[in-house]
Amino acid sequence: MSRIDESFARLKASGEKALVCFVTAGDPDLETTKRVVLAMDKAGADIVELGVPFSDPIADGPSIQAASMRSLEAGTNMPKVLDLVREIRKTTELPLVLMTYYNLVEHYGPERFAKDAAEAGVDGTILSDLIPEEAQTWKAAADAAGLSTIFLLAPTSTEERVRRVADVATGFIYCVSRTGVTGAQISMAKGIGALVARIREGSDLPIAVGFGISNADHVREVCEYADGAVVGSVFVNLIAEKAQSPNLLNEVSDLVSALKSGARS
Amino acid sequence: MSENANNLPDPTGHFGEFGGRFVPETLIPALDELTEVYEKAKADPEFHKELDYYLREYIGRPTSLYFAERMTRELGGAKVYIKREDLCHTGAHKMNNTMGQILLTRRMSKPRVIAETGAGQHGVATATACALFGYKCEVYMGEEDVHRQALNVFRMQLLGAKVNSVTSGTRTLKDAMNEAMRDWVTNIDDTHYIIGSVAGPHPYPMMVRDFQSVIGKETKRQILEKEGRLADYMIACVGGGSNAMGLFHPFIGDSEVGLIGVEAAGRGIETGEHSATLVAGSTGVLHGSRSFVLQDKDGQVMPTHSISAGLDYPGVGPEHSHLKATGRAQYVAITDDEALEAFQYLARIEGIIPALESSHAIAYTMKLAPTLGKDKIIVVNLSGRGDKDVESVLQYLPHIAKGGAAQ
Repeated sequence: MSRIDESFARLKASGEKALVCFVTAGDPDLETTKRVVLAMDKAGADIVELGVPFSDPIADGPSIQAASMRSLEAGTNMPKVLDLVREIRKTTELPLVLMTYYNLVEHYGPERFAKDAAEAGVDGTILSDLIPEEAQTWKAAADAAGLSTIFLLAPTSTEERVRRVADVATGFIYCVSRTGVTGAQISMAKGIGALVARIREGSDLPIAVGFGISNADHVREVCEYADGAVVGSVFVNLIAEKAQSPNLLNEVSDLVSALKSGARS
Repeated sequence: MSENANNLPDPTGHFGEFGGRFVPETLIPALDELTEVYEKAKADPEFHKELDYYLREYIGRPTSLYFAERMTRELGGAKVYIKREDLCHTGAHKMNNTMGQILLTRRMSKPRVIAETGAGQHGVATATACALFGYKCEVYMGEEDVHRQALNVFRMQLLGAKVNSVTSGTRTLKDAMNEAMRDWVTNIDDTHYIIGSVAGPHPYPMMVRDFQSVIGKETKRQILEKEGRLADYMIACVGGGSNAMGLFHPFIGDSEVGLIGVEAAGRGIETGEHSATLVAGSTGVLHGSRSFVLQDKDGQVMPTHSISAGLDYPGVGPEHSHLKATGRAQYVAITDDEALEAFQYLARIEGIIPALESSHAIAYTMKLAPTLGKDKIIVVNLSGRGDKDVESVLQYLPHIAKGGAAQ
């Protein structure tokens, strides 16, 4: 059983939902990312997604775009992110997922990447621009290396799309809460319950809802239907604002604790 | 005809190993809908009748295949014919595609249209089609291009479009395309995205090629009328590659016809400041398809340079990548200086001011023609007129404005 599967099984047994936290690796530097991830772990994050920056992030809104640019300017690349995972893995069994775009995987070489990532301690990947029809190579490589292949579904997804994704997804399904790009928002989109129900018709995997989840109330709201909530841009914004502050890690911890309260009730 | 001409892409949008769909899942149903609507339209005589009507009455097709007699004599080699896409309404080939796509937009009942633009030609062509059919239009344009092509920005505004200056990334065409994709993924319900090149996810590379193939189909008929045979070489500039694909496609099965795509070598391939994706790039995934990409050792897309905003792009259409991989087409590159030289040359010799993009194709023709015998024939695609570039060229050639003749 993978760390991701174990995490969802454990949460289910205890009647909790998963809090999935996203951070752009290397923003402002990899050392900060390491400390942030360890603080997230301690404060109750169940899974952490490490964003690997790509020059052309078409699925991301302004917060993560800017974080990606800062990280790239600081010299972040895939080998360094894998080193970061190795470092984090020394001290925690927290499930770690890499979230990026397919070009970085293709350029690294899918088989070599799957092997290196798994050896470093990565548990799965979310590739924002990889759909099941284009994923044969990656799926074979990831399966062989024991990495979970997490795919996305969206409000526009038809029954047929749910079926296709259910065929290849492992770990969990990332349900996008709204049409659009990543980014914090004031209130959650309508119809998420119906969307999650639609996905459950076609898949037994845990479902985590992301895009626009900004506070504990949002987490509580989506956890009424889903198995977890993904929070990204609010962490990215906090890091952008407080990277140099001595309080950064405390604030990250406080935010994780507050959000996690929404996944417990 | 070879398999290339009729059978590609395959049903999932692949040209050999290139093409496909690499986009967020949210967009897939819209791409499926577009594919279906396009396939239906393609089989519908009424659609073709209406499109032909607008191509003829509004855009001014067919454009002429002009025998450049003075240029031929001056160069002293092969006969040079110029396909005059610069004579299309709005001054470039871009309307062949936007007219087709605006008719599809109507079939999909979507009231809003978005587009990306580099030089502004596709933005103007989209704004024009939207004005004609009464659609709301927003165009994304990199901030740097907004400055380089100020006249086209104003043209789009006159046509009722909103121009969004893109300040992310390198602030050029690739970032305009990123931003247009983000808009589309957000407003998918009421918006059609008119991609201006043979790039993007399936069905765009196929669909835009089909709409632009009117260039090659006319050329084939015209050269047979004038010469009784096909040309030896077809030459066109390649940024994303739509004018070249439109010219090449009807000739892919004619193995005796050489197909040459001309990319932008900028300040020189060796300087790294260029946009020669097929000449100097490698396989990658950008903007929805697998194709050649200019990328660094980590797979990050590299900043590009060209004097011509329309060629200043780190990707290229997947079918061009396939034509390169199979050896059916050849790709070369022309520097900024050579393009500037050709810009002046055509103005002086033939009285035609070419777009800086098309000047790259003219420049390669100037190199190739003298090396060929007088019995050989070259067709070069003049994809757009140069009026939009006159102001920026003035900065490079102030001596001409001061009353001096060209050299």
